[in-house]
Parts: sequence; C-alpha cells; structure tokens
Amino acid sequence: MSEKILYSYSALFDTPDKIIHAAKTVAEKGFKKFDVNTPYPVHGMDKAMKLTKSKIGWVTLVFGLTGTLTAVTMMGWMMAVDYPIVIGGKPYFGLPGFGPIMFELSVLFGAVITVVALLMFFLKLPNNSHPVHDTEYMKNVSSDKYGILIEATDPKFNKNEVEALFQELGAEKILPIYFDEEEISFKPKIFDKKFIGFLVIVAAITSLSVYGTMNKVLYMIPFSWMSEQGKSIPQETSKVFKNGSDMLPPVKGTVARGYLPYRFKGQPDKAAELLVNPLLPTEENLALGKTKFNIYCSPCHGYLADGKSRLNGNFPAPPTLHSNKVRNWTDGRIYHVIMEGQNVMPSYAHQLSEKERWAVINYIRVLQRSFNAKESDLL
Amino acid sequence: MSNNEFTQELSVIEGKPSLRSLDEIISKPLDTKPDKKYYIALGVTLTMLTIGAVALAYSFYYGIGLWGNNNPVGWAWPIVNFVFWIGIGHAGTLISAILFLFRQKWRTGIARFAEGMTIFAVITAMIFPIIHTGRPWVAAVYLLPYPSQHSLWVNFYSPLLWDVFAVSTYFTVSFTFWYVGLIPDFASLRDRTKSKVKKIIYSITSLGWRHSNRHWRHYEMVYLILAGLATPLVLSVHTVVSFDFAVAQLPGWHSTIFPPYFVAGAVFSGFAMVQNVLIFIRKIFNYEHIITLDTLEKMNKIILLTGSMVGYAYTMEFFIAWYSGVPTEMFTFVNRAFGDYSWAYWIMFSCNVFIPQLFWFKKIRRTIPIMFVIAVFVNVGMWFERFVITVTSLSRDFLPSSWAYFKPTIVDGALLLGSFGLFFTLVLLFTKSLPVISIAEVKGVVDGSQPSHGEH
Ligand code: HEC
Repeated sequence: MSEKILYSYSALFDTPDKIIHAAKTVAEKGFKKFDVNTPYPVHGMDKAMKLTKSKIGWVTLVFGLTGTLTAVTMMGWMMAVDYPIVIGGKPYFGLPGFGPIMFELSVLFGAVITVVALLMFFLKLPNNSHPVHDTEYMKNVSSDKYGILIEATDPKFNKNEVEALFQELGAEKILPIYFDEEEISFKPKIFDKKFIGFLVIVAAITSLSVYGTMNKVLYMIPFSWMSEQGKSIPQETSKVFKNGSDMLPPVKGTVARGYLPYRFKGQPDKAAELLVNPLLPTEENLALGKTKFNIYCSPCHGYLADGKSRLNGNFPAPPTLHSNKVRNWTDGRIYHVIMEGQNVMPSYAHQLSEKERWAVINYIRVLQRSFNAKESDLL
Repeated sequence: MSNNEFTQELSVIEGKPSLRSLDEIISKPLDTKPDKKYYIALGVTLTMLTIGAVALAYSFYYGIGLWGNNNPVGWAWPIVNFVFWIGIGHAGTLISAILFLFRQKWRTGIARFAEGMTIFAVITAMIFPIIHTGRPWVAAVYLLPYPSQHSLWVNFYSPLLWDVFAVSTYFTVSFTFWYVGLIPDFASLRDRTKSKVKKIIYSITSLGWRHSNRHWRHYEMVYLILAGLATPLVLSVHTVVSFDFAVAQLPGWHSTIFPPYFVAGAVFSGFAMVQNVLIFIRKIFNYEHIITLDTLEKMNKIILLTGSMVGYAYTMEFFIAWYSGVPTEMFTFVNRAFGDYSWAYWIMFSCNVFIPQLFWFKKIRRTIPIMFVIAVFVNVGMWFERFVITVTSLSRDFLPSSWAYFKPTIVDGALLLGSFGLFFTLVLLFTKSLPVISIAEVKGVVDGSQPSHGEH
C-alpha cells in the first residue's frame, strides 16, 4: 500500500467570531492556498480572507446586452428584411413594439449565462472528486461547524507549524485531509461494457420512440391533422335525417334565385306582345351584349349577324338577322327565340342570364341599325 | 434605554435553535416515510388531477367545442385560468427577489416555498393558453419564430407573442434562481444522508458544492444579481399579460391602468395562496419557529396593501369610464356592476376590496383561522376578477347583434379542478422531496450566526 498523499490540514471552529479571527490570522501570515468552509455565508469573511469583490457582474452585463442585441437583430431581420408585412399600420422596424421582447431576452441571457458561468468557470463545478468530499471535515462544515483548511502545496506549508497555529487559534478539532486513492488513479473507461450497453439501450429507445411518433402516433386521431372530422361526407349514410341524407329536398315548388320558369312557353306572339326590354343601350350593356353575342351567337349567325356561319356547312346556316322580318320584331319576340330556339336553332336559355339575353338583343339592334344606317346617323 | 434599541434587528427565527437542529427539522420530511394523512391528501389532489386530465383528453379528441366558449366570448375560461395562475406565481418571486433586495430578513423562512409555488403555478398557467389552441402538439409551431416552409415569421407586434417570451423567460429564470438556491442545501443533505441512493442523487444535484467561502463570494453576488434581474422581470410578466387585454380596443380592456393594476392583483392573490399553504406546512412539519406568526402577519399586511390597490383600481376604472365620455366604455362598466354578470362583479368586489379590510385589525392579522378564511376569499375574488374582465367585456362588445351570454360547461369546470389538482400535487410532492425551507439561508439569520462586531 502506497503512502497517502496529503491534501491539506484543516481545523474546525465553533463560532463565527472564531472563524473570522482564524481566517484573518491565516491570511495575515501570508498563506495563499487556504479556504474557509461554512454552512452559510458568514458576513465579513471576504474581508478577513483578503478576497476582492466578485467580478461576475460583468458577465451579466455583457451577456444581458448580448440578449438585447440578439432580440433587436432577430426581430428587425424577420420583420423588416426577410418578410416585411405591414401590421396595423406600424413601421416594419418599430423599436417600441420590440421593447418587451428585447427586455425579456436581456434578462433571459443575463440570468442563465451568469449562472452557467458561475458554476462552470467561477466555481469549476460540477466536481464530485474533490479531496474534501466525504471527510469528517466536510460533514461538519455543511452542518454547524466553521472550518478552515490550508493546502499542502502552499509554499509556506509546514505540518507542525500549521498544526500549532490551529491549536493556538482555539480549534476544536484538527484534521488532515488526504487525496482519495481511488479517485487519483481513476481512469475513465469509454469502452466499458456497461457504458456501451447503456449507449445501445439509449439509442434503441430513442429510435423506437422517434419512429413510433413520426409514423404511428401522428396518424392516430386526434393527432392526424384533422383527417377525421364531424362533418357529412358524400356517398356515406348520415344520421342527421331519417332518409339517411344530411340535406332535405327543397319544399315543393321552390324556385332557385334567377331561375324563374319561362312564362311564354310555346307562345311567341304573347312573348312579343308582353315582354319589355328592361335594359338601356348603355355602353356597358352593349359591351356585355357584344361579348355574349360573339361567344354564343356568332358561330352560326356570323359576327355581323348577317348569316355568314363559320360552321362551313356542318350546320344549316341561319338566315340573316337584318331581314325586315326580324327588324320589325319586338325585343320580346327575339327573346322568345333565345329562350326556346327556333326549328334547328337550340335554346340558349341556360347559357345566358336574363340580363345577358337582353344585352345581346340590344347588340343585335345596334348591328341592324348599322346595316341600315340613315344619313342622320352619321352626324 | 439607549437609542440602540431602535436599530437593533428583531430576530426572525424564534428561540435561537441550534444549527444542527435546523438541519434535522428541515430534512425530516425527506428522511421519514410519509404518513397516512399525506397519502390521503395526495389521493385527493391526484383525483382532481385525473378529472382534469380526462376532461383534457376529451377536449383533444372531440375538440374544444366541448367548452363554453361561444362566438363573442372566445377567450373565456382558459384565459381566466391562465391569468389567475400566473398571478399566483408572482408572490413567490416578490418574496424571493424583491424582498431580498429590500433586505427583509423575514422572507428567508418562506422564500424557498414561495419560489416553488411560483414554478408550479407557472407550469399550471402555461397549460391553458396552449390547450386553448385546441391542438397543443402543433402549438409550438405557431408560437415560436422558427424558419418554416411558409417562410413566415410570428408577429412580434402582438402582445400574445410578448406573452410567450415573457412567461417562458419567467419560468426559466425562476427555475434557475430556485435551483441556485438549492445547491448548498443539496450539499448539506448529501453530507448527512445515510442512504446510498440518496447520496448519489444529492451528489449529482449539489454538483459537488463544498460550502467554500471562495465559492460563497461569487455565489452571493450571483444571488444578488438574479434577484436584481427577477425583480423587473416579475413586474414585466404581469404587465405583458395585461397588454393582452389593454392593447385590444374592446371597451373595458383598452385602458392604461391595466399594467399596475394587474401586477398588484397578482401579488395580492399570490400572497393569499402562499399564506394559505404555509399555514398548513408550518403546522404539519412543526416549523412554527421558522415560519413565525410575525411572518404571517407581515404577509397579511401586504395582502391588505395590494388589496387596497386593487380596490383603488376598480373605482378608478369607473371614474375614467365616466370621465372619458365614451358611451361604449360607460356602458361596459355600468353593465359590469348591474348587468347580466353583476353577480360575478359583486363577488369579486366584496372578496377583494371589502373582506381584506379586516386586516386593519392586529388581532385578525394574527389569528390563524380568520386569516386563512380571508385569504381563501381573496383567491376566490381574484379568480372572479379575471372572469369579470375577460367575459363581461367580450360578451358585450361594440356590436349588440353579436352579444351573447357565456355559460361554462362541465368540461370547463373539470379543467379548473384539474389545474388545482396539478398545482397541489406538485406542492405535495415538493414537500416530501426537497427542503421546503432554505437551510443555508435560515442558518444565516438565526441569532448569533453572524460574527459580533464587538471586536473592533
Ligand atoms: C347552332 C347555330 C346557331 C346559333 C349558335 C344561334 N342560332 Fe339563331 N338561328 C340558327 C338557325 C339555323 C336559325 C334558323 C332557324 C329556322 O330555320 O327557323 C336561327 C334563327 C334565329 C333567329 C330567327 C331568324 C328568323 O329570321 O327567323 C333569331 C332571332 C336568332 N336565330 C337569334 C339567335 C341569337 C340571339 C343567338 C345567340 C344567343 C343565336 N341565334 C344563336 C342557328 C343558330
């Protein structure tokens, strides 16, 4: 068995006054590598140990401001550069609106990074392999005693002198602290069977759960993007009405808007007599009439309604609409032809709305007049 | 009698207990097996939690149409509960951070517990806005700025988004603060436990803390900094929550008094809740000398103060409504007090404004059963305050043709019950798994624990 390696000499004290005094003396004697351990921070100890004020506040300041800056750049870039949208008439880059989140991120960065810096860089934690752990000394100072220790590596360290000094200061107990043999010779074993096994298990669990979530769970109700909804689907029986449909047939005699049945079926004379054109030949109405005429009538009747069919004899060519007969017809009579067709000409009631029919008629009137223009029309 | 008497600090821990006895009494709940009463209490809270969980599962499966939310009142109970629970959390930070900055030593006995309650309350609160989206598993996608396929970002001008940042920051910072406070206590527990498993757990959680003064030096500074950061943070959180309302144009919401009024209300209800729970804790675990009657009295004073502030806000809202000359605004307030929801308004008003005034009497401030009942009333009243603000304004907005009366459903009720279940389950588990009083801090304020200054 090799000789134990000494880490430090330590002493336990009873009262806060004694420990302050001890710390002061040790510091004055010129020891550098010593430490005081107390169950709670004792007032005035920093001064007694000749410690300066902690500088960790700078970390908070720097990273807090980093948070502010991160927030501004993030929001500014997203709102004003990458995808600018006007929201409520506010400017793309509106500092007042960014205020709350700037503040929150400053606090978040400041607080979290300060704590991380404290633990990792200032205190060098986590560290569970320090020699004082699990010693009688540690067990006392974490409860009700006040301890001081001087490390063996301190240039002024001398076993007997230190012991005498502690005695003189009124120590209740003096304890040497040794390095733990096991901890010193400990080597991390990455290829340890247990560790590898652990990694394999973690990998298996992770991949299984990711697979399960992405491929199974997300396709289950209610996670399945609303694939299942409480609505009626065509071709499926429904429970809403007795007859198994979701909609009832309309009441007998119901007429849809704009689909009033034609009053003068098979009565061209009556139509000629009673139907009155409600549309004025305004520019707008004539434009509408022209469009509709060119689409629906011109293939047979020609663009000028002169009977020059574009159907190349595949369909009997209609007579010209500039005949005296048609010119003397009332608008109502032409309307009747559109509604019912005439001999081989089919009905165009379904293609044209009521307004469009009258507009087409107005346009035919224009064509007729231009073919039979009087001198007065030129003025 | 010398003048010194006035500057002498009163002891905040009664009877000068020895440091080791403090260790013992504080870690006792962790070392002993829970008794029957504990299991009964846990059974009750877990039942409540289960009822809430079932209601939640139903809501996810069938959709949130199961709730009472209707067309004008789209915000109903989920938001009421959210604001209520966030408010409960505020007391913890006030006690741990603001009172720390003001060097109020009496806070040490209750700070850890109050901070714990903050964390649990914020967890409970965060559930509500998220489930209000109906599909919480995709909610994160809508709440956080992340590079999406649509290349669209969240709207940073929306108070709802500010809320996302405020609440999540609040949670993170509170949790960090809490954990930093726990480190030395974990170390003390590590050094006294006899169980092997516990030893490993505490070794990990204490990070190998050594109570070294070279560490305390930085540690204390960080504690101060965190308190300094948490103080404006806690004020900002409820301010931002109030923006959710105040930035909207709805009559009864669009008002500049909201931020301070909400913060005062939050502290008010939070203190009431902390006081309620502490009354049990100190009795059950024999902490009467650490959480003293003086401490409770001081808490009652804060309840009285913030309650009066809230009362002032209620009356001032009426005055401003009248003074503004805006007919819809005036109508809203008359409607609150005398309309369909007047019952809720008067419950709120009497619980929050009239009843806490009893705390003017010292006798009442120091009688435990009475103060307990008053604090219960305060919590009921504060829940109704959020109800009144949210529901009355929405149900009677600018357009009379869209007015509608809001009625909660049984699922709403189950969710509220479940939220209490969750909160108290966490509190109960906390009392048995972590030291509910900060061991290191309490030791530092026991009489005679600090060096006497006689020697210089
Ligand atoms: C498929 C070809 C075709 C189309 C398209 C067509 N018509 Fe005709 N139209 C005819 C034929 C053929 C006749 C002659 C029917 C007959 O023998 O009486 C006719 C006759 C007419 C007549 C009566 C002429 C007369 O002298 O008796 C009018 C008026 C008329 N069409 C108007 C229209 C209008 C308005 C349209 C457009 C909505 C239209 N037609 C579209 C083929 C067509």
